[in-house]
Order: sequence, then structure tokens, then C-alpha cells
Amino acid sequence: MQTIQVHVFARFRDVFGTDVVEIILPQPATVRELRAAVVLSKAEISGLLARSQVAVNNEFAGDDALVCAGDEIALIPPVSGG
Amino acid sequence: MIELTRGPIEYNALTERVRRAHCGAVVTFLGTVRDLTGDRTTVALDYEAYPGMAEKKMAEIEADTRARWPVGDIALVHRLGRLDVGEISVAVAVSCPHRQQAFEACRHAIDRLKELVPIWKKENWADGSTEWVHPNAECGNKASAQSE
Repeated sequence: MQTIQVHVFARFRDVFGTDVVEIILPQPATVRELRAAVVLSKAEISGLLARSQVAVNNEFAGDDALVCAGDEIALIPPVSGG
Repeated sequence: MIELTRGPIEYNALTERVRRAHCGAVVTFLGTVRDLTGDRTTVALDYEAYPGMAEKKMAEIEADTRARWPVGDIALVHRLGRLDVGEISVAVAVSCPHRQQAFEACRHAIDRLKELVPIWKKENWADGSTEWVHPNAECGNKASAQSE
């Protein structure tokens, strides 16, 4: 198992009450497994998470991408800059 | 150049910065905090970014815009923190030899910024409530039009 630190922003940060959420995953694990684990930890964000992207090392990552404990992982809810 | 800043955006200086002798057109877009969204009144917006990724995506948009149009220079600046109604949240300044290129390049850059850059705004409504703006891409979101 590995502990993944996930950076969260905006509504995610308000819901989790912190900037960084720790998620425990098997090793190796995919973005898809990360999403499932995040929903398990906080069911109320499932709708927003489904509309969100996951960033691995500052790049948008597909559900099959691998996540490792040393990567910089972030949940990117729909953006609203401008 | 690209920049995230917590201070006011100096759009005159930004516009001057991109002017070039071979560019006969300069277009500067300013996004400002609007007071009404639908029938709700905004008193302030709080902007936050995922800074490293936001700067990376803004740099990619600069490079992409330079690749598509004959850009003399281009500047993208987004402000973070609390902004009152009327304040400038984002500025894009572009110079090109001719005006059509400059308009298109500026439009492209601001559109991509709003689509791709991990920055979020939180509405502070007049009734005291707050709400993060997370637009629904499929059906649109009335709040997503803020500052356009």
C-alpha cells in the first residue's frame, strides 16, 4: 500500500477542511482507483468529482494513468478563472 | 510573459510592454468583477489558483498563441485574492502586425485561459452567503459568465 497526498482546491478544500488529503491506495494504482477511494472517503463530493479532472505532476491525467506516492497529485474541479 | 499577482493589475504598463515597432495593432482584454449575475448581487469575488500548474498552463497558452499568430509580444496576468466589484481580475495584452491577428490572438488566449487554467472564483453574495463557481460544462452555468 502507499499513501498518496492529494492537493485539493476551492469547494473540495472546503468540504475536506484541508489543503492536502491523504488517500491510501494499493501499489501500483491508477487515477480511476484514486477517484474511487476519494469518493469512499467523502461521498458528498461524488457529483463534483465526476465533473473534475485529476492532475499528476501538473498535467491533466486520464483514468488509466498511474499515481505514485512521489507524484504531485491534485483534484481540479471545473475551473472558473477570468 | 505570464504572471499571477495579488496586487492590482497595471494594465497601462502591461499594454505598453507588448508594443513593438513592427506591430500596428495592440489588443488588451480586461476581465472585471461584475455586480450582477442573473438576479443575484455580488459584493466581492475570492480568486485562488493551483499556482504551479496555473503558471504552466498559462505558459502553454502563451506558446500556443505565438505558434498560431504572428505575435510581437503577449502578456497574460491573473489576479488572486479578494476583488471588489469593478476591479480587474485578468488581463491579456497582445501585439501583432495587423488588427485581425491581434483580436483573434487575444480572444484565443483569454478563451483558453478560462477553459484550462486551474483558477477558481468564490462568489460573495450580497445576502452574506458564499459559493465556489464550478461551471457545468454540459449545460452552462450562469455564474460562469462572471467577468466576461
